[in-house]
Amino acid sequence: MSKLLELISKNNDFTTAQLAAMLGKSEDDIRNELYDLEEKGIIKGNKAVIDWNKVPDADVTAIIELKVAPKPETGFDDTAKIVMSYDNVESVYLAASSRYDLIATVRGKTIQEIAEFVSKRLSTLEGVMGTATSFVLTQYKGDGVVFYENDDEDEQRSLIL
Amino acid sequence: MIDYASILNDKVQKLKPSGIRKFFDIANEMDHVISLSIGEPDFTTPWHVRQEGIESLRKGHTWYSPNRGFLELRKQISNYYARRFNVEYNPEEEIVVTVGGSEAIDLCIRALVQQGDEVLIPQPSFVCYEPMTIMADGMPVIINTKPENGFRLTAQELEEKITPKSKLLILPFPNNPTGAVMRREHLEEIAKVVEKYNLIVLSDEIYGELTYGKERHISFADIKGMKERTVVVSGFSKAYAMTGWRLGYALGPEPVISQMLKLHQYAIMSAPTTAQNAAVEALKHGDSDIERMRDEYDMRRRLIVDEFCRMGLTCFEPEGAFYVFPSIKISGMKSEEFCEKLIFSQRVAIVPGPAFGDCGEGFARVSYSYSLKHIKEALERIERFLNER
Repeated sequence: MSKLLELISKNNDFTTAQLAAMLGKSEDDIRNELYDLEEKGIIKGNKAVIDWNKVPDADVTAIIELKVAPKPETGFDDTAKIVMSYDNVESVYLAASSRYDLIATVRGKTIQEIAEFVSKRLSTLEGVMGTATSFVLTQYKGDGVVFYENDDEDEQRSLIL
Repeated sequence: MIDYASILNDKVQKLKPSGIRKFFDIANEMDHVISLSIGEPDFTTPWHVRQEGIESLRKGHTWYSPNRGFLELRKQISNYYARRFNVEYNPEEEIVVTVGGSEAIDLCIRALVQQGDEVLIPQPSFVCYEPMTIMADGMPVIINTKPENGFRLTAQELEEKITPKSKLLILPFPNNPTGAVMRREHLEEIAKVVEKYNLIVLSDEIYGELTYGKERHISFADIKGMKERTVVVSGFSKAYAMTGWRLGYALGPEPVISQMLKLHQYAIMSAPTTAQNAAVEALKHGDSDIERMRDEYDMRRRLIVDEFCRMGLTCFEPEGAFYVFPSIKISGMKSEEFCEKLIFSQRVAIVPGPAFGDCGEGFARVSYSYSLKHIKEALERIERFLNER
């Protein structure tokens, strides 16, 4: 994997000059590589990682498993495309599970809102044979960042000498 | 009323408290301080190593270990130093496991130095050599290394300080606080002087795994003819991020190690059992952890050096350890003043160079054992500080 990708996947807050210094490359190299990665659609965006546990009026998140009857030719793709076009759907995965085929994470203001979305929108979709909804109580880790009890490590180190 | 000052040992009372400590105490009293002052890895010990520590406790291994350290650990240390630094030591009689590298330094100095012996100490360097020498009734002889030599010790600088009383040379490389590294050719020059004046060398190689660039650290014991006059001190703290486990070791000629062992036996008895069991795992399966952490340090090092140079804080490129030692002369301030103003105006804590010897004046130690995010924020504050002036 490209060192640049590895680096910015953890922290995308550096100038090209800083990236160049860290990776021992020229700024032009870095600019070209970034352009290339965006052109190829490998870099999709850049957003803050937020620990929603700590936000008092944060949305509710649910993980929804869907049992889907595959179609000839397109398999599960058609259903997945419909599911992912809803704005409140955060992610959609095709899973190799014996019970369910698609897994979606959904955000909503309240549990009721999500319940309504599942019963009215998802379970009624053509090809959807069943759903199972799990509400998220605590997120321990997200986007590779530990949320739960992650005190500032620097604070834990004490100076000895 | 007891007059404690008249009871306490004079030499102890005269020891200066560490200059690093003093500065950190200021930082501790303030809120929102971002520190680049700590001298230990920000990584936690790799999980597989911690697991062995847990397993050792679970099995109830809660007794003393042998004075020298577990034989299995000594065998692994022997294997490790041969594998990574090309020097072979007999685990039966040339290795002693200690409570951190610091204890090994103390043992070595006490086993060798007696009244009037001179101990040659290159500075800037870690703060313990001088006080330990004084406590052993030795005479510290400071050698000031120079920025124009990349803070390396030169043969000429060494030879100028030699007297008939010279006995022990401390070689603190890769260096804390400067990040200086001695390459083979530099060590060979030093070896000639060591041979000529019949010196013994304490080579503090605790940062030996943390060198950057293609060339790896060269142990002084690997230089021809030097193994018999060298005590190598190292440990697990920096290479494996195991500072809190307190485990180090000394490698050297049997006659020296056996005297050090006696001191260790009476003063310490044995190194922690849990830590030793975990350390065996680190040596067996930890090489990739070392590389991973070193690559990360390297990236931070490049970032800091590049940004400092851009800001006008010139620093020679540090090639080892996890510190940069920029010159702060551009500010027109003394090191202490610079660091004090920096902490009060921008709340960034770094350590004034003179904490590591008088010749550190005009410099400051900046540690990069912090996350990139943390470093980036600190750099922005330092730049604001420089611009405001």
